[in-house]
Amino acid sequence: MRRSNLGFVVAELVLKDFRVRYRNMSLGVFWSLLNPLTMMAILTFVFTQVFENRIPHYPLYVLCGLIPYNFFTLSWVTGTASISENPSLVKRIPMQTALLPLVSVLSNTLHLAIQLLLVFAMVLWYGLPVTWHYLWLPAIWFLELLFIYGLALASSSLHVVVRDVRYVVESANLILFWLVPIFYSFAMVPAAYRSLYEFNPVAALVLATQHVILGHRSPPAALMWKMTLVSAVFLLLGAFVFSRLKRRFYRYL
Amino acid sequence: MSDSIRAENLSVIYRPRGSRRLLRQYLQDRLTGRQAAGFYALHDVSFTVPRGEGLAVVGANGAGKSTLLAVLAGLLAPDSGCVAVDGRLSTLMELGSGFHPDLTGWENLRLYGAILGMSRSELRERAEQIVEFAELQGYMDQPLRTFSSGMVLRLAFSVAVHAQGDVILVDEILAVGDAAFQRKCHRRLRALREQGATLVCVSHVSAMLESLCSRGIWLHHGRLVQSGPYQEVAAAFTAFINGENRHLWDALPDAPVRTPG
Repeated sequence: MRRSNLGFVVAELVLKDFRVRYRNMSLGVFWSLLNPLTMMAILTFVFTQVFENRIPHYPLYVLCGLIPYNFFTLSWVTGTASISENPSLVKRIPMQTALLPLVSVLSNTLHLAIQLLLVFAMVLWYGLPVTWHYLWLPAIWFLELLFIYGLALASSSLHVVVRDVRYVVESANLILFWLVPIFYSFAMVPAAYRSLYEFNPVAALVLATQHVILGHRSPPAALMWKMTLVSAVFLLLGAFVFSRLKRRFYRYL
Repeated sequence: MSDSIRAENLSVIYRPRGSRRLLRQYLQDRLTGRQAAGFYALHDVSFTVPRGEGLAVVGANGAGKSTLLAVLAGLLAPDSGCVAVDGRLSTLMELGSGFHPDLTGWENLRLYGAILGMSRSELRERAEQIVEFAELQGYMDQPLRTFSSGMVLRLAFSVAVHAQGDVILVDEILAVGDAAFQRKCHRRLRALREQGATLVCVSHVSAMLESLCSRGIWLHHGRLVQSGPYQEVAAAFTAFINGENRHLWDALPDAPVRTPG
């Protein structure tokens, strides 16, 4: 396949995902908003009424954590299955198989964009200022995209060979929920663990988003460096695992 | 005339572990150091196809024809040997990969065209032509699930033959739609070949195949039994299926693979 065509193929495949997902739903894109809104309501109830906390604008705070977390887990799970669920593309069409996990991640990014609109709506509703620090958001999300793509590239390749990978991914996501500052704040994490905690790219993404949207300031440089480092490492790891395993796809699917 | 396809000493080994997906089995194999024996799906197959020629691949079920196409398409890396394909490749292997029943005819057309390697502008140029060829004018705004299976195949075939590769790989799909559409497909493939495309067709021996392919190769249990002008190869293969030259069965047993480790 010619290189100039890659963008077109990816765009068409993402568009397909989007159309297929929403075409037969009467509520359409509102489903994307219903899930985070419900979770937000429940978490807000539990952590303001059942437990006490002093985090301001708590519903918005929860949303700033929940939406990136949801984006990560959905992208990772669908990315992991993307190669093994498309044997007719992998075995019959000479196309770049490495595009399939990318398409999964980008499809979820479209989803994410819709949910971010919800965040901005709440920012306006609370009357919080929109500052020039918002320019950090695309950079932060881009780094996260690279990280997830690398991760999905590795896990989707492994999943073709060893079909247990999917369950590992699902379990990891459950554990991860507690290691991301969604309903508690980073300040509650004991100081001894904070530096290590920031190496979790999903936590870093949430922290950076909170800094920009709720703190009206740039994310700390150390945090951004850690995100960059982890993203680069995972992208290389993904490329390495994929290139080692791609020869086997035809035989294993 | 230069060669469009050059295959040298291609061998592909299928091992039962190819279907191994479970961790338990993987660990078992690792710990016992056992390597399951496999068989040659292709064994030392060499041939060339000059530019603009048609090559027919014939053989009984399980002879390795589809494996050969997969190797030519770059979908399957051979265990040894090498293959060089010169030019843009297009495949008519499994029609409609990537089609989705909820998308409209137009949407599926664009998607399938993109997957098969057509650019945005090529698709824009050829879209009307593709629809006209598939005889689906007036249906394209409907979701694909409302199409009959013949209509779906016609659309897929039509997109695929408009991808205009320099090398076209065709896997037993000439039986598309009704007799009239089959003739049309066949004429289209022949026209593409006359414009300089190289064809490789896996199919049953037929008059259609004969008019598309001037050369043939006959595979049996992964080995190349005979290659040459299509008529000769087809005649020998037909005689073989009809029971003559049965000694070939004995001369060519499955080649088991025993590799250490």
